[in-house]
Amino acid sequence: MKKFALASVLTLGVAAQAMAVELTVYTAVEAEDLTRYAEAFNEDHPDITINWVRDSTGVITAKLLAERDNPQADVIWGLAATSLLLMKGEDMLEAYAPAGVENLDPKFVDSSNPPAWTGMDAWVAAICYNTVEGEANNVPAPTSWQDLTNPVYAGHIIMPNPNSSGTGFLDVSSWLQIFGEDGGWEYMDGLHANISRYTHSGSAPCKLAAAGETTIGVSFAFRGAKSKAAGAPIEIIVPSEGVGWDMEATAIVAGTANLEAAQTLVDWTVTQKANELYNQGYAVVAYPGVAQAVEHFPEGLVDAMIDNDFEFAANNRGAILEEWASRYDGKSDPK
Amino acid sequence: MQGPKVKAKLGRDDWAQRSFMLVIGLYLIIALALPLYAMLSKAFTTYHFDLSQYEVQVSDENGAFGDTLTLSNHNMLATPSVVEDLSTNTNGRLGVTQFFPDFSFRSPVNYRFRGVTPDAVYLIGSERNKGPDWVELDSNTFRRIVLRPNSERGLANFKTYFSTPALFQSVQNSLLIAVIVTVITVSLAFWFAYALARSKMRYKGVFRMIAMMPILVPSLLPGIALLYLFSPRQGMLKALMFDHDINGPIGIVIGSVFFTFPHAMIIISTALSISDARLFEASESLKASRWRTFWTVTIPGARYGLFSAAFVVFNLVITDFGLPKVIGGNFNMLAVDIFKQVIGQQNFEMGAVVSMVLLVPALLAFGIDRRMQKKQVALLTARSVVFEPKPNKRMDWFFFAYSSLVAIFIAGIIAVCQFAALIKQWPYNLSLSLKNYDFSRMDGGGWGSYTNSLLLAIFTAIIGTVVVFLGAYMVEKTRGFEKGRALFQALAMLPMAIPGMVLGIAYIFFFNNPANPLNFIYGTMIILVVSTVTHFYTVSHLTAVTALKQMDTEFESVSQSLKQPFYKLFWRVTVPVSLPAILSISIYLFVNAMTTVSAVVFLYSTDTALASVAVLNMNDAGDIAPAAAMGMMIFYTNAGARILHALLSKGILARSNAWRQTG
Repeated sequence: MKKFALASVLTLGVAAQAMAVELTVYTAVEAEDLTRYAEAFNEDHPDITINWVRDSTGVITAKLLAERDNPQADVIWGLAATSLLLMKGEDMLEAYAPAGVENLDPKFVDSSNPPAWTGMDAWVAAICYNTVEGEANNVPAPTSWQDLTNPVYAGHIIMPNPNSSGTGFLDVSSWLQIFGEDGGWEYMDGLHANISRYTHSGSAPCKLAAAGETTIGVSFAFRGAKSKAAGAPIEIIVPSEGVGWDMEATAIVAGTANLEAAQTLVDWTVTQKANELYNQGYAVVAYPGVAQAVEHFPEGLVDAMIDNDFEFAANNRGAILEEWASRYDGKSDPK
Repeated sequence: MQGPKVKAKLGRDDWAQRSFMLVIGLYLIIALALPLYAMLSKAFTTYHFDLSQYEVQVSDENGAFGDTLTLSNHNMLATPSVVEDLSTNTNGRLGVTQFFPDFSFRSPVNYRFRGVTPDAVYLIGSERNKGPDWVELDSNTFRRIVLRPNSERGLANFKTYFSTPALFQSVQNSLLIAVIVTVITVSLAFWFAYALARSKMRYKGVFRMIAMMPILVPSLLPGIALLYLFSPRQGMLKALMFDHDINGPIGIVIGSVFFTFPHAMIIISTALSISDARLFEASESLKASRWRTFWTVTIPGARYGLFSAAFVVFNLVITDFGLPKVIGGNFNMLAVDIFKQVIGQQNFEMGAVVSMVLLVPALLAFGIDRRMQKKQVALLTARSVVFEPKPNKRMDWFFFAYSSLVAIFIAGIIAVCQFAALIKQWPYNLSLSLKNYDFSRMDGGGWGSYTNSLLLAIFTAIIGTVVVFLGAYMVEKTRGFEKGRALFQALAMLPMAIPGMVLGIAYIFFFNNPANPLNFIYGTMIILVVSTVTHFYTVSHLTAVTALKQMDTEFESVSQSLKQPFYKLFWRVTVPVSLPAILSISIYLFVNAMTTVSAVVFLYSTDTALASVAVLNMNDAGDIAPAAAMGMMIFYTNAGARILHALLSKGILARSNAWRQTG
């Protein structure tokens, strides 16, 4: 009896497997969101199984570039647009216009036709300010990027190193766009004098501010909202000059053996339903009219987003990072 | 030519031993040398912009196009040349408008642009173009053209490296930290091992167990604990730091001493544990002082172990990336530079260059190691008597106090991690909770990653021990074949010098190549096992060699004169005598497979996510407490394995080492 039951289960399993398609999906989306994404997608497409490979933006990007000649991924769902631009320039992406792409805000769709990638949501830079530490150390809350160069903040600011963190690069490239090339570097010279430490990860500065290890952490709003929700005494501040941002985006990897399933998935990622999912963590999403206010997100964040030139960021990345390292990374000895 | 029968038999033995060695040597070549070659050839892949590959025609305001000129013509026409240095890296992009001094994106001038050869690549914005078809663009689009570099072979990357102070500074930093940690750790570990082997102090078992603790956790875990303890604002004991920042060299040194301590202790203990009591008797009967005996008997006997320990600690510190990443602050180290180059900038070539720089100290250490080895004499001869320490109240108390201090340091760090794992939100909400152990909503693969780590550890321990011990035996006991043995020895030393990160990336380049017949292991558990065995080969190998060295070659001579084949001796004498070392190797591989991060971080796939990587990912994502919790899960598991191992070795030793008592 038992044997028979086992055999029939096995046969059923094999039969089900023959119909199902498995997609290997590379992502940098926060782990806690992935299960939700997959579950919602499987409600509409139960026959496609998603195998996630999740890591930080840098690791996933390095992995994809290293696998350039023998890609393992079918789809990239949730990776920084600046990384996808890098891959587009290497012909690593399969251009595809997902059904319904015309509904998205054009800012969130690659300019080529058909587009190489489509955006999902935006993650936006912000300042995390620890109110308890601010009071204890007599450090007022800043209101602008320029404020941070004030000597009163000396030793109270932590920001990510752009050479190892995507958020760090996002900040640097936005300052170069806000203040202009020369003004941007001049600004960073001033800021550098007040920085106590550069971290490797983009979320670390806000996390350190939340833990009271620093008064001010230059990080991104989503991280700040999460820490605030967990009870940390922090304010999320939107600097008056505007804030840099990057988007999470989706693309099909050129050379996939499951093109049809990959297209089905990407079609789904631009739907209103998908965008409602993105909205649970991100205040700004690609589908107009979907976005609801996210808890603990600061007011005016959306309006403060600069008109980000992704092409500028992608094509000048190497030169910017080199310049940054030669200015600030060499003088690593704390004084 | 017909020799006597005896010789023919020996020849067969030699042949068998050599082919064993070749098989394991081949494993090392495939799992180590070839991937490294693939990686290092990256170091010599250079990129530069070839301006002569691109041609431009510029129109006048009425749209009539002028002469065709290459960009290099334009570059030379300008005085001085606009761009002098055309070398770049794999991600290099060069805007073209700088070659046209009169350029304005508002001008009505039009441009035609093309590559001269079919391989000349350029981007218009992010769109990739190449080849000799003319593209006509208005001024505003023309400014969006950027060139992509050609790849060549050469030394340009090294030139860039040594002329970039930010990168070069790390060499000095890494060497300094590695030397400081080596001196501290080896001194601490020596006296600790000495107390265990040569004194009658109490609770040796407890001390031994505590001393092994650091090996049971990922190297970045002490970083987390040190931050909780000493961080400048919220540290529990921040006053002890006197305004120094734990983030930086101080934190790296303390954390490194913590995680390298057991590595050094194992090796020194092995060297001290088998010693010939007759030497001490002789020394005593010659009325030598304890001090004199120490310098003339103990130290020379342990010399090789001490050097091996120093070599291992030095390389562990210089190649570790987890700890400096968590607590290094702005203090740059070589292994972190690799991380920054590869992960931050996707510049694999420069990552490979830094790796080659990292190889230099390891190769130097290898050279010295070879020379030391030639002077090493077998301590355990067939007539040896096992040393049994005599009680000495004063010394025993002194060693007890010393060992207690070391134990408090080690256990304290672990305790802080446990505390961190149980606290809701440090320092604002100190209530206890188990929510940090709910990994399902965190990065890193949840509880599934824990099961995978367990599997990886078991496979690595079994397969690794067999491979390593056989290899060490063959290289130690095979006669002749000097060159082959030297090569094997070199291969076996190499993994210690290879940062896991480099090994991981090397594996991607080597195994993810569709032309590689071993391509199928990519993305599976097999590649994780292979990389882990290879990554931890050296210490296991040194442990085996140190144990084997202390066995007199007389055993072999006797066995040969009795016409016994080598495998009988191996199975009946070598393995039983070396059982302590063999068990050490297997448990060493097990716990390291549980804790390793750097090599596997590039190699895991969805189905093979690992607990150790989850610690790193959660820490990166800011979920420090869950990271500490997963780190503690690894700790409990490894501690359980250690206890099992201790019971097992006790039982086996009692049986198979009975001869030592009666000898």
